[in-house]
Amino acid sequence: MNHLILAPVILPAILAPLIVLAMRHEITLQRVFSVAGSAALVVIAFLLFGQAETGQIQVYEMGNWPAPFGIVLVLDRLSALMVMMTSILGLGVALYAMGSGWDARGKHFHALFQFQVMGINGAFLTGDAFNLFVFFEILLIASYGLMIHAGGRMRLRAGVQYVVYNLAGSALFLFALGTIYGVTGTLNMADLAMRVAALPEGDGALLRVGAVLLLIVFAVKAAVVPIHFWLPNTYTHAPAPVAALFAIMTKVGAYAILRMYTLVFGPDMPAIGTLAGDWLLPAAVVTVTLGMLGVLGSKHLGRLVSFSVIGSMGTLFLAIGIFTPEATAAALYYMIHSTFAAAVLFLIADLVVARRGAAGADVVAAPPIAQNGLIAALFFGAAIAMTGLPPLSGFIGKLLILDAAREGAQMVVIFAAILITSLIAVVGFARAGTTVFWKAYAVEGTSTPAPAQELPLVVTGALLSTMALLVALAGPVTGYLEATSAQLYERELYIEAVMPPVNAEGMPIPQSGTPEGEGPLPPDGPQTALPDGAEPGTVPGAYDNEGAQ
Amino acid sequence: MELIVALAVGVLTAAAIYLILRLRTFPVVLGTAMLSYAVNIFLFATGRLAINQPAVLLTGGPYADPLPQALVLTAIVIAFGMTAVVVMLALGAYLESGTDEIDMKDETKGDRT
Repeated sequence: MNHLILAPVILPAILAPLIVLAMRHEITLQRVFSVAGSAALVVIAFLLFGQAETGQIQVYEMGNWPAPFGIVLVLDRLSALMVMMTSILGLGVALYAMGSGWDARGKHFHALFQFQVMGINGAFLTGDAFNLFVFFEILLIASYGLMIHAGGRMRLRAGVQYVVYNLAGSALFLFALGTIYGVTGTLNMADLAMRVAALPEGDGALLRVGAVLLLIVFAVKAAVVPIHFWLPNTYTHAPAPVAALFAIMTKVGAYAILRMYTLVFGPDMPAIGTLAGDWLLPAAVVTVTLGMLGVLGSKHLGRLVSFSVIGSMGTLFLAIGIFTPEATAAALYYMIHSTFAAAVLFLIADLVVARRGAAGADVVAAPPIAQNGLIAALFFGAAIAMTGLPPLSGFIGKLLILDAAREGAQMVVIFAAILITSLIAVVGFARAGTTVFWKAYAVEGTSTPAPAQELPLVVTGALLSTMALLVALAGPVTGYLEATSAQLYERELYIEAVMPPVNAEGMPIPQSGTPEGEGPLPPDGPQTALPDGAEPGTVPGAYDNEGAQ
Repeated sequence: MELIVALAVGVLTAAAIYLILRLRTFPVVLGTAMLSYAVNIFLFATGRLAINQPAVLLTGGPYADPLPQALVLTAIVIAFGMTAVVVMLALGAYLESGTDEIDMKDETKGDRT
């Protein structure tokens, strides 16, 4: 078994308590360990990425319990990509927090940060639906702490809203999992995929309820309208590095939808049908419209970026909702791009606030800030990327999505939504940029001197350059992403990797035989139904272990 | 028994949703706690309702599905931790801002955070 798969989860899981327990009062030590850990994570992510690139799906069985009895971590192209994005963004955020002094404004920033990274990586790697819930909770509870880092009246109040909203979301998650477990008798994703596929059409009313509940839960995380209400206040009031890290949190929701609704509740399942796409596409149109209108109407830089995150999630779901391999490849490209674009914009907003006096982050004319030209240029670049103008990666992302939508029946709607909202976003960003950076010269007054820190500027520039890199390497990147989405839609590969077919003695069958999974539980199944719906003896060794536990 | 369990889940959920939609933090916190009780009972029932059956397979006789019990245990622990977090947070927000209303007016003007 390849133990490296566990590393993205276990490394921050060890670092975080170490930072809390051993170096609580030593901010320098905390920084050293946190940044070193984040850098090590980047290396690990690249190694895993190299392994996943071969196209082989690797499985890590926790405690050596075979699926579906134990929890498995699964490394395929998509999880490797997501882990790599997390690690790169994490390193940038850790450096920015250190350079700008944000981490010293409250306690335990780095410990919470490591826990957050652990939860995000775990959510990307797990192959078990309930374990996905647990990792969601880990990343959420760490995010509650990060959200209110450094305190403050508005931040605490926004934090309460955020926590309450997500508590309701978590309860819904459990309801969804309970419903799905009640119908299928399993929560392992690969096992679920087999059970759901075996369910005949018209026999899945309860399962569809579970699938829709699950879709709502993930849509809450991904801030799809009309359940996006937690996002603007949270992201606006969160500390800037935290908001930048949160840019990947909405993508956790997008990832979960992509994973569950291709693998388990795919469009070719008779009991489910095109349910996810039918709901996601209209919601995505509303999301992108509302998000970009929000950009146009915002009077606060943080809020402006928050709404642009909502808008970009809408664009993303326009592509995901089509559920074809081409569209998914385009969605993945846009996902990488929008994560970094949002993160950079949050950091730039913070650079502005750090140099501005009483005006804060308001979109009003105030005396020119120190380093006005440099920061205006950064904002200009990031805004170009976020709105999808050439030459940065947002343009290619939107182009790929439009190209993938060309064939489908929803072509008119998707084209109109993306093109019109892009225009609105361009106007919105142009308005904010000119007010903050250009009209400033018409205002008399002195500005606060620039903070002496160089690192935040370097980090912001480096993250911005990833988008230029995405353009320069667009060929290889799209090649990888096409392979990723092809792998995603070949469900059998994933299922066979997680649950290799076994014969009656529990020995693996070398060739790919039919899976031994039985049909679904009878609707009014016997009270003694086995938890996994399998006959005792189908997988003898494994089952005895489970009983003796 | 099915009716009682279903009613319990339904009434708890309804009460929880009503409380969560309240204006002030205290009822909202109660509501989230109540919602977690509802979901715990619901999860427990997904393993089918059975009486007098062990959750451990000993001799091959009838037994209750052990997995939902493990799931409920996990859910209880998480919900407990989350409730503690939200109580602390609500208290902090109240002491800091002097109001315990959940709703926020648009007060971002001049916000320097």
